[in-house]
Amino acid sequence: MGHSMKRKEDARFIQGKGHYVDDIHLPGMLHMDIVRSPYAYAKIKSINTEEALKVPGVLAVVTGRDLEKYNLHWMPTIMSDTQMVLPTDTVMYQAQEVAAVIATDRYAARDGKEAVIVEYEPMKPIIDPYKALSPDAPVLRTDKPGKTDNHIWHWEAGNKEATDKVFAGADVVVKEQMYIPRIHVASIETCGCVADYDKVNNHLTMYMTTQAPHAIRTVIALVAGHVGLTEEKIRVVSPDIGGGFGGKVPVYPGYVVAIAVSFLVGKPVKWVEDRSENLQADSFARDYHITAEMAGTREGKILATRFKVLADHGYTDASANPSKFPTGLFSIGTGSYNYGTAFMEADAVYTNKPPGGVAYRCSFRVTEAVHAVERITDRFALEIGKDPAQLRMENFIKKEEFPWKSPTGWEYDSGDYHAGLRKAMDVVGYEALRREQAEKRQRGELMGIGISTFTEIVGAGPSKDFDILGIKMFDSAEIRVHPTGKAIARFGTKSQGQGHETTYAQIVAEELGIPAEHVQVEEGDTDTAPYGLGTYASRSTPTAGAAAAVAARKLRDKARKIAAHLLEVSEEDLEWEPGKFTVKGAPEKAKTIQEIVFAAYTNHPQGMEAGFEATHYYDPPNLTFPSGAYICVVDIDKETGEPKIRRFVAIDDCGNIINPMIVQGQVHGGLTQGLAPAMYEQLIYDEDGNILNGTFMDYLVPTAVESPSWETGHTVTPSPHHPIGAKGVGESPTVGAPPAIANAIVDALSHLGVTHIDIPITPIKIWKILKQKGVIQ
Amino acid sequence: MKKEITVTINGETRTATVEPRMLLAHFIREQLRLTGTHIGCDTSNCGACTILVNGKSIKSCTMLAIQADGKEIITVEGLATVDGLHPIQEGFHLNHGLHCGYCTPGMMLRAVELLAGNPNPSEEEIRWGISGNLCRCTGYNNIVKAIQYAGAKMRGEELPSTEPQFV
Repeated sequence: MGHSMKRKEDARFIQGKGHYVDDIHLPGMLHMDIVRSPYAYAKIKSINTEEALKVPGVLAVVTGRDLEKYNLHWMPTIMSDTQMVLPTDTVMYQAQEVAAVIATDRYAARDGKEAVIVEYEPMKPIIDPYKALSPDAPVLRTDKPGKTDNHIWHWEAGNKEATDKVFAGADVVVKEQMYIPRIHVASIETCGCVADYDKVNNHLTMYMTTQAPHAIRTVIALVAGHVGLTEEKIRVVSPDIGGGFGGKVPVYPGYVVAIAVSFLVGKPVKWVEDRSENLQADSFARDYHITAEMAGTREGKILATRFKVLADHGYTDASANPSKFPTGLFSIGTGSYNYGTAFMEADAVYTNKPPGGVAYRCSFRVTEAVHAVERITDRFALEIGKDPAQLRMENFIKKEEFPWKSPTGWEYDSGDYHAGLRKAMDVVGYEALRREQAEKRQRGELMGIGISTFTEIVGAGPSKDFDILGIKMFDSAEIRVHPTGKAIARFGTKSQGQGHETTYAQIVAEELGIPAEHVQVEEGDTDTAPYGLGTYASRSTPTAGAAAAVAARKLRDKARKIAAHLLEVSEEDLEWEPGKFTVKGAPEKAKTIQEIVFAAYTNHPQGMEAGFEATHYYDPPNLTFPSGAYICVVDIDKETGEPKIRRFVAIDDCGNIINPMIVQGQVHGGLTQGLAPAMYEQLIYDEDGNILNGTFMDYLVPTAVESPSWETGHTVTPSPHHPIGAKGVGESPTVGAPPAIANAIVDALSHLGVTHIDIPITPIKIWKILKQKGVIQ
Repeated sequence: MKKEITVTINGETRTATVEPRMLLAHFIREQLRLTGTHIGCDTSNCGACTILVNGKSIKSCTMLAIQADGKEIITVEGLATVDGLHPIQEGFHLNHGLHCGYCTPGMMLRAVELLAGNPNPSEEEIRWGISGNLCRCTGYNNIVKAIQYAGAKMRGEELPSTEPQFV
């Protein structure tokens, strides 16, 4: 624990030996490309494949009508909605899959795609979610019998009556309308698969870019069982994954079509999407319209919050959330503050945009919630004229008040918010910066300081409440130690760059005393790894990491028995120290873990089961609640409106830290994915449903130039219920950074009467404000 | 229609027949089966497919295979030698300059050319120097450190600490 071990997985990645889906090349493999809709909403009048089939190398064109024969033209979403695999009649969003071209190579498949002629009858799409709810809006999901509107679901948390009462009697009420824009995870590797069906053995191997291979196998079995593909005949392999961030949780139509084609022709079929297809059709994130309100006293006591959300899910609710949580964990939005009353509600609607939403490096809608509470807290501070750091310090839940029961029902496990913010303020030099800001304002210069002190909620989750399609959200570890004391450990999760091969090895090493170098970690192959729900929502360390610790402790119990047998003492006479058992009072009498393991195969006590392996399925008793205190300092060019981040200090608290180097790397990356939607990224649609920035030419992923040099540190408040006191961390910075940046920019402009700006806060938005306020003539 | 080309790739001469329209990135990956060169976009923005052609860093999706005829190519598979890892590979490993590894080969090859032209770049020069290569995982801090480390190693100077620094 606490050792910045260099990563075990690096060797293959730095030498070009990573093994990603598109690197897979099988004999006789066919290639698939997908014809996509140019319209956001249209009837399909005809699909003419004649010319496409004449293209050399093209073998087949698959349409919805072909899949319909096998009842494979529709599939369920994770949220138990329904989604077309390929359409038979109507397209519902631009870039929707319309037909698949199968060919002998990549170029022939693309030629075939260009030659497919689809005749459409365009219809007027609904793009604005508010218009989708208007009584005269046409019903989009006419495939659902009896559906009379575009409303999907209504959700509530907290106490409406009590909250309304507090608001009605409060001295101070602030309110802002916020839009958390539709964005895209844009992992540098896009999505794809190789479906390899072996007709002779009736066996499917599915290599795919998935963050949750076990769940995918079960879903394939449930969907395709009627054609004879049962679960023992399906092997899902998730090889090296080039970034996931939630975008590789859903099942996309391309995967299903590739399986169907491989099943029918008995040959491997590869499908790898382009970047543009990835941005335009794969699941989006966010797209929440939030009305946020806070009530409090003139002196600065926060009393209540009230959030109202309109969630635009596009064509279908293809969110990647636990089943019982349609808004994910949005109800964490009461934040880090001590008040007892809150109410939140959300309504979801269908529009003619691609379906979603997924996480974008965030634990189930926590980013939206944190943005709302951290922005409205700053708005409240501005209203009563109190320093936003001071307001937070006065309202934080105190360290000794944990476990804290939140107004929406969560039990925060632990935290020390005062220590985190104090540290961030000391590092950045907060008081001096406020003085500098005051002086600069006198001179007409624009400088802002923004704070975000967030509480995350990660590690889904306890089986009482958490499942996906009915499967409980435990996770697993299996540790097998070989006779010579070297181990293989397998997990139900799947790294997409998080460094599991190193972190998990360190947990096993810590608990079992075998050097981490001697622990081989494997994930992602459903034939060999124990069942688990996968890696997303910062759940790997809280669930599978915990499973590793518990499995290792089971082995340590067995080791104690063997050591007692070898040393001819009772188990109670033995003491564990890392790597060996010694006899109490006689430390020279000891057996190392390697000697004990060897004995498990060569000299185990009679009556004891031979071998040395253990498995654990860990069902967490609670989620973990990491936190952070972030401070951003921004200078704004008053001629151009360009904001520049001068400094960004991030103090995270993720409990006990297994590998500080990896945790810091996760924080750096997460901060940049927080910067991205705060200042650059948004998927923009026109009123006809055309995406205006569906390529990397115009969807602005930050480069090294836009990204500041992040300053990171930590406080350590262990989780009381996690076996090693750890919490998740990979997503905290993505959650915490956007409001810190937005608060800094608004702070720089607040003396002009600015109270809120929607992200992404671009130079043109600021320039227009400066122009309107008369700063720019 | 197809054309025969000969390239020297990672020191080895390879002759192949290609369609004139075949992208160099696809030629390297699918015909020469060197899959360390990755493809991350279709508009030449991400830089995952960056290789060295006659010593210059090139996004291999912007070049046709036939344009590489007679040229000398280095891909990630050609960075290490019998003496061990290239300093840039060592730098990325020791400084945690990679997470998922997908952008890493292109990022390293871009850095190799950057350091060849500017052996001791400032942080700002490094950031601008790699601004044609996108990384979604690392936030770039440690990529900058990795390149600084490789620069020091190639200059034969004292190596900077590879321990993570916390505030």
